[in-house]
Amino acid sequence: MINRKAIEIIHLMKRFDNITAVNDLNLEIYSGEVFGLLGPNGAGKTTIIKILSGLEKPTEGYAQIDGFDVNRQINRIHELIGVCPQQPAYYKYMTGRENIKMYGELHCLNSNLIENRTRTLIENIGLTEAADRKTDGYSGGMVRRLNLAMALIHDPKFIFLDEPTVAMDPQSRRATWGFIRDFKKQDKTVILTTHYIEEAEELADRVGIIDHGKLIELGVPKALIEKYRVKNLEEVFIELTGRKIREEI
Amino acid sequence: MKLQRIRALINKELIRLIREPANLFMVLVFPLILTMAFGFAFGAFGSNSDVQYKVGIVDNDVTDWSEWFQGNVTNMQALSIFNYEDKDAAYNDLKTGKLSAFIIIPKGFGASIENFRKDPQSISGNEVVLELALDKGSMIVEGIIPPFIQRSLTSTIFGEKALSPPSPVSIGTPMFVDPIKLTQFDFMMPGVFSFAAIFLTMIVAQVLTEERSMGILSRISTTPTTSEEIYVSLICSNLIIGTIQVLMILGASYLLGFRPQTELFGYSLVIISVLLVVIANVGFGLIIAAIAKTSSSATGLAFIFILPQMFLGSFIPVSSESVSKLVPTFYATETIKNLFLRGAETTSTSVQLSILILIFYALVVGGIGVFIFNKFGKK
Repeated sequence: MINRKAIEIIHLMKRFDNITAVNDLNLEIYSGEVFGLLGPNGAGKTTIIKILSGLEKPTEGYAQIDGFDVNRQINRIHELIGVCPQQPAYYKYMTGRENIKMYGELHCLNSNLIENRTRTLIENIGLTEAADRKTDGYSGGMVRRLNLAMALIHDPKFIFLDEPTVAMDPQSRRATWGFIRDFKKQDKTVILTTHYIEEAEELADRVGIIDHGKLIELGVPKALIEKYRVKNLEEVFIELTGRKIREEI
Repeated sequence: MKLQRIRALINKELIRLIREPANLFMVLVFPLILTMAFGFAFGAFGSNSDVQYKVGIVDNDVTDWSEWFQGNVTNMQALSIFNYEDKDAAYNDLKTGKLSAFIIIPKGFGASIENFRKDPQSISGNEVVLELALDKGSMIVEGIIPPFIQRSLTSTIFGEKALSPPSPVSIGTPMFVDPIKLTQFDFMMPGVFSFAAIFLTMIVAQVLTEERSMGILSRISTTPTTSEEIYVSLICSNLIIGTIQVLMILGASYLLGFRPQTELFGYSLVIISVLLVVIANVGFGLIIAAIAKTSSSATGLAFIFILPQMFLGSFIPVSSESVSKLVPTFYATETIKNLFLRGAETTSTSVQLSILILIFYALVVGGIGVFIFNKFGKK
C-alpha cells in the first residue's frame, strides 16, 4: 500500500566541474512504490542513484531515505538499501554462491540466515546448477541475475536497480520483472532506472523523466500517456526528450 | 568495526590468492623457486664437500724430479691436477674458465734440483723459474694457489721434514670442532625473506585497481562496510600471506641446509620484521592504486617501489649502505642476518633498533597509503 514518503529529495544539485549532472531535483518517492527513473544517456539517473547510495556527495541540497539524511547518516541508510549497479560488480574468482554469501557477511547476517537466503535466491534467479562454479564462466545474463541476487541477500527495505535488465535475454528479463513485482508485494520501495520504457510502463507505479539533470515530468504512466495523447510511454519520453541521440557524460 | 565483515573480506583475499594462478605464483611459488635456485646455485648442496681448484701442469722437463713435484702438487687435496702437452692448450683452458691456474715446469727443473742437492751453495747460475698463471678474476685463487705450489716445491726439494723443522714448542692433540660453514646461500637467504614481501606492493595495487574498475569497491561502499574495515582486512590478509611466505621460505631453506643461529623468540622477531615490511608494502600498494588507472598500469608502476627495495635491501650486495637505509627491506634483512647468521641476541641493540625503524616505516608508509587511497583512489 502506497502511503508515506519513503525517499525525499530536496533541491538536489550535483556538479562535476562544468557539468551539472543533477539540477535542482525535488522528488518524493512513497513507501511500497516502484518508481521508474527515465531519461536519455547522461541525463543524471545513475548520479541520483549514487547520491542516494552515498557514493557521491551532493553539491547542494539533500535527500532523506526513511528519515535518514544521506549527507550525515549514510551508515544507517546502507543497512536499509540494496543496490544493483548498472555494471555487474562481483568477484570473478569466486563462485556465484560465494559472491552472494559474502554480501550477507558484509551485512552481518547470521550464518544460517545467509545459507537459507542464498539458497532461495539462487533458486529464484535460476542459478542452481551454476551456483558452485566460478563466475568467470558465467554468461552475461547469469552475471546480471547474480548481480541482482547480491543486492537482495539482506532483504533490503529499499532497492535501487540501475538498468537491471540490460543485456538480458527475454526469459531472464521476464524473471527479473517477476522479482520486481514481488518486491512490490513485499511492500519494498524500488527505484528502477531503465532505458526500456515498456519495462517502466509495465512495472512502475509512477515514473519521473529526467533530462540534463532536471525532472521534466512526473506521474503515473497511464496518466502521462493520456496527458500527451500518445499510444505509450515511449512516445511520451520521445515527446519530452526529443529524437537527438545522446552520449554518456 | 565488525569482525564478521573483516573476516569475510580476508576470506575473499585468501580465495583470490588460491584461485588466481598469477597471484599464487608471484606471492608463494616465485619465492620458493628463488630459494631453491639460490640453494642449488650458491652452495646449499655439497657445501660440506671440500672445494677443489683445477690446476693444469705443463711438464717441459719430464724427469723424476718433475714427476715427484707433480705428485706433491697432486697430494694437495684442494687442487685437482690436469696435465697438458703445451702451454697454449693450458692457456686456452684458463682463459675460458676451465682451469683456475696452470704451472709450467721448465726444462732443467730436475737438473737444477739435482745440482742444488749436490752443492747447496751453488744456486747461482742453476736456478730455473717455474711459471705460474692464475685466474685474474678470482681473489680466492690468487690467495690460495701460490702457497700450495710453494709448499709442494719445498717438499720436493727438501723433503717432508723441511715442512716441520725441529722446534722447542709443539702443538698438542687438536680438539675437533664442527665449524659453522657459511655458504653464499646462507648470506643470501635473509634477503630472500624480505624479497618475497616486496611483491605484495604489486598484488595490492593490482587488486585494488581491478576492484575499483569493476565497481566492486563502490558496491561494497553501499553496504554497512566501513573504510576502516576494508583497510584492516587488506592489511590482515596480507599479514597472513606474509606469514605463509616466511614459513614456506624457512622450510625450503632448511631443507637446503640453511641453519639459523637463533632461538624461538628470534624466529618470532624475524616473522615480525617481515610482517612490518608487508605493512609498508601494503602502503606502497595503496599509493600505486591511487595513481594507477588500470591494473596493468599498476603492475608497471609498482616497480617504482619494488626495484629500490630489491636492489638496496634484499639479497643483492650493496656498495653504499647509507642509500640502503632508505628502504624498509634493508632493516628486515639486517635483522634476519643478525639473528640467523650472526646469532645475535634478541635483546641486542642492533636488532631492536632495526625493528623500531621498521615499525616507524610500517606506520608512516601504511598511513600515507591509506590517506592517499582514501582521498584519491576510491573512484
